[in-house]
Order: sequence, then C-alpha cells, then structure tokens
Amino acid sequence: MQQVFSIPKCMKKDFRYTFCPGCDHGVAVRLVAELIDEMELQEKAICSTCVGCSVFLYNFLDIDCVEAPHGRACASATGVKRAQPDKFVFTYQGDGDFASIGLAESMHSALRGENFSAICINNTTYGMTGGQMGPTSLMGQKTTTSPNGRNADYYGYPIKIAEQIALCDGTAFSARVSLDTIPNMVKAKQAIKKAFEVQQKGLGFGFVEILSSCPTNWKMTPEEAHKRVREEMIPVFPLGVFKDITASGGNK
Amino acid sequence: MESNEKVLIKGNYAIAQAAVNAGLQCYFGYPITPQTEIGEYLSGVMPELGKAYVCAESELAAINMVLGAVSTGVRAMTTSSSCAVALMQEALSYACGDELPVVLVNVMRAGPGLGYIYPAQGDYNQSVYGGGNGDYKIIVLAPSTVQECIDYTYRAFYLAQKYRNPVILLADGLLGQMMEPASFGENPYPEVDVSSWALTGAKSREGRAIYSVGPDEKKQIQHIYNLFEKFELIKKNETSYEEFNIEDADIILTAFGSMTRNIKAAMTVLRDKGLKVGCFRPVTLSPFPYERISNLAKLGKKFVVVEMNMGQMFKDVRYAVNGKSEVSLINRPCGEWLSVEEIVSAVENIYKKGACYATSI
Repeated sequence: MQQVFSIPKCMKKDFRYTFCPGCDHGVAVRLVAELIDEMELQEKAICSTCVGCSVFLYNFLDIDCVEAPHGRACASATGVKRAQPDKFVFTYQGDGDFASIGLAESMHSALRGENFSAICINNTTYGMTGGQMGPTSLMGQKTTTSPNGRNADYYGYPIKIAEQIALCDGTAFSARVSLDTIPNMVKAKQAIKKAFEVQQKGLGFGFVEILSSCPTNWKMTPEEAHKRVREEMIPVFPLGVFKDITASGGNK
Repeated sequence: MESNEKVLIKGNYAIAQAAVNAGLQCYFGYPITPQTEIGEYLSGVMPELGKAYVCAESELAAINMVLGAVSTGVRAMTTSSSCAVALMQEALSYACGDELPVVLVNVMRAGPGLGYIYPAQGDYNQSVYGGGNGDYKIIVLAPSTVQECIDYTYRAFYLAQKYRNPVILLADGLLGQMMEPASFGENPYPEVDVSSWALTGAKSREGRAIYSVGPDEKKQIQHIYNLFEKFELIKKNETSYEEFNIEDADIILTAFGSMTRNIKAAMTVLRDKGLKVGCFRPVTLSPFPYERISNLAKLGKKFVVVEMNMGQMFKDVRYAVNGKSEVSLINRPCGEWLSVEEIVSAVENIYKKGACYATSI
C-alpha cells in the first residue's frame, strides 16, 4: 500500500502536541516541519523558542532549540545567527511574545535586517494563561481582562504586525496568512517557504504572521473559531504579502 | 595586543582587549557610563577581525543576544553598569537555569535608580545574590587593578565555559576610567570542549534543546539539585582570596574590588603606628570565602569591612564570623573613595572604642 501522508521526518517520533484540540498551532508547526524536510534544513536548523502556547516546541521538533525568555526570541536568534551565520535560524512565537513584550526586539531585528526568519501566531489573545487581552485583540473582543469588550477609550487599538514589520528597511519579506481553509494553508506554506528562502539567500529579515484560531479561549467549536478568523479577523488583519524584495519591481 | 610588554591603559580598554584575546566571538552592548569605552573599542576591533558586534536596542536585548550566541558554543559577552545590569537579571536567571556560559562585565556606578556616575560598590548584592527568580548562583570576580581587569577577564571566559555558568566581572567606575600600567601576556587558560552540548544543528545526532523548565516535576527538582551540586564544585575549586600580614594581625581590614587598594595602604600606615593590622580581600565574591574568614575569626581576629555601599559585603563577613569575633563597618554609599586617612582614623577609633557596626563617613 502506498503511504501518502506521514509525520514529517524532522518531527520527534514520540511527540505529543500539548496544544488544545482544534488549535491551529498544530497545523502551523507541521507546515514549518514539512518545509524543514523539503528544504533539507534539519541538520543546520537552530530555533529560538518563545514563552506561550508553543513553549514546548523543542518536544515536537527534532532540531536544535534554545529557550528564550518571554519576548526575547528575536534577540536570542540574533545572537545565534551572528555566532553561526551558516546555520538556519528561526523563531516561532505568539503575538504576545513577538508583538507585545518583545516588540522592541522583534522590530529592531527587522530594522537591523537580521538574517533569520520569524513566525508569529496571531490568535488575538494570550492563550496559555487562559485568554487575556493581547496586543492583537480585536475591538469589541471580550477576554478575561476586557470583560466588557475592547474599546478604544479604555484599551487602545490592536497592532497590525505584518504591516509594521514591512515598514522596516531591513525586512526582506513580510506576509500575513491564515489557516482557516485548505487553500489558505497552502498559501501559508508558500509564505513560510519564502521567509525561509530570503534567509537562505542572505537577504534579511523574513517574517510571517499566521492568523490562528483559539477555540478554547474563544469558547467556540473549531468550526466556529475558523468562521471567526474569516469573518472577524481577516477584515481587520488582511491577508497578503506586505513586503517582498525578491518580487519583480523590488519592494512590494 | 598579546605580549608581556607593559602598556599604560584604561581599565575599560583593558577589559575589551582581554576579551578579544580570550577568543570573544560576539559582542552585544548598549551604551552606559562609565563603561561605554568597552563597546566603543570593540566596535572598531570586532568587524576588523570578522567577528560580530551588535549595537543592541537595549540591555534586555543585549544579554539575550549573548544567551543565543553562547548557546552555540562561542564566546560572547555584554558589558554594562548598575541600573542597566538590573535589566539583565531575568536573563541571568535563565542563563543559570539553561547552563549557558554568559560573561557580563558590570562597571558599577551609584544607585539606587539612575543614581549617578560616581564610583560605588552598591552592586555587591545584585551580583552575588542576583535579582532574578528562583534558586541560582553566579560566579562573581572582583578586580582591584587594571592588571586584574585583564587577568580576571581571561578567567571569566574560562570559568563560564568550564562550568556552564554565567560569570560577572564586577568592576567599578574608578577601575573602568583609570589608567595603569598592565600587560596582556597570553590567555593562560586552556580551550574548553563544548561539543557535548553546544547547538550546532542536528547533524549525525538528535536535536538538542537548551531549556530550564519542564512539566516533569521530578526532573525539575533534580535539575536544581544538580545546579547546586555544580556550585559546590565551583566553591571547592575556584574560591579565591588574597591576604596580607594575617599571621600576627588582631584586626583584619576587608574589602573587595578597587577598595582593596586603600585598605592595603591603610594597613601599611597602621603598621607603622605599631598596630597589628592585616588585610583580607575576596577575589571571588561568589563563591565567597566563608570558610577562611570563619577560621580566622575562630583565632580571635577582628574584622573591619571597608566598602563603598551601605554594608553589603559586611553581612556576608558577619555571617562567616558567626559571633566568633567582632566585625565593624567603615563605609560611604558612593562618591569620593574612602581615603587612606579616613580608614586609618576610623580603625584607630575602633581600637579605642571597640567594634562599630556602622562608621559611615
């Protein structure tokens, strides 16, 4: 019988996801793993992991990983890449890690044109701690720390990460993708591949923001959660490539 | 610059060049007086050597860049001063938990808060006891001369990798800004093999993860026991101190870092006056030479701690003495270094009146 689907080679044989059922993290990690296999990066990959839902990434991927304090994954990755310019270096972070507590480290890595790739999962909340308001929480969103819904007067506005990173001159690639449908997953994989390729070519900072569902903290079924991604998140966080210096005509 | 020839050099430049000689591969830093010359010097040298130099966006970023770099087995450091070192406490706790050989140079200024750039020794507690979370211990070396800035920088890189533990070189504004004759010689320490743990990609082996915490409670408990067992070994092998005229002394002046210079001079003056005064100076503030001080106290020798803070090392000396003899304190929180004359006159007072628990001058 022909095997048409299997666990990526660079994933640990005995791994068990610690993500909640229905969460898109599992898909995102799988896409990263598939690309590590396809681009033959396992032997040279070093990941700077974050604090949040993906904190145990080193239990899923059979690659070298170093733990960074909350928000400091891009600083740690800068250190790794500067010490080992020939290795393939990436971060895998949540929106709280990348764009709230670690915004300075993230943005300055992009401004310096650090030659590594960064993946950021945007699920509009702090997932691991139980659904508090985060830097990407939508207007009107009820969380455990915005019980009456986010409003501008009291809480201010969500950050549009991929657009901000695209504004940095050292960024080679910045895109926002979603995992709510199969076609969007395919596009997501293409974007992550691009973010990896710009590093391989030494072009600068490669970034992908991945819109992800969080059924547990949104108190929704996985299906309803993907509907929310489509109907509430994408209108605020439009999908697309915001910068690609390899595209024809240069910066897009 | 690697020779036995004496050069007249500023402490900050001496530390920078010694780090290069010790094999510094990456420097990450953010400016703060009185240590900025270290970064300035290295910004010229490192690119020329094809090594990494990054002007970090903050001290938080700088120390975390060091964490990333040293996790791959190379030698890296950051340098900073007091209030900015406060920002690095989280990462130092991680470095201990992750067993990463971080080297941090702290050229102290006055605090608390922003304070000012006066010389001070107010970071004894911050260095020795740390401001990070959890149970951890850092190796702390305190130089007292520009020559020792060089020697201890070599030692810092060696110890960090040998024990996979962060090392703080605790200097102060006086040392950083002062010029003295010193020679670089050659880095006397051997290379350390890091191949069993360094992250270099999972080639012909499984992936490695460097982390400090996990959901396995037993493993976590054991990890902390292992860290402390390691520090016992560091204590056994690396505790170091200097002593002068201890044998017949009935009072031992005790200081760390550049205050050592003035207690030595005060000792000479007091000896000339016929008083039996010796000097004791911990080189490693952590591990602290408790045992030696305790043994000297058991012989009835009294201690006088002289420091530029409100009595931080004082309490460790008292802890070591443990009531076996008397401990006095001569101190000033920051600013003009306690002069030889001031120390001499305070010690004469102690001779007349007995132990004094705070002779703030």
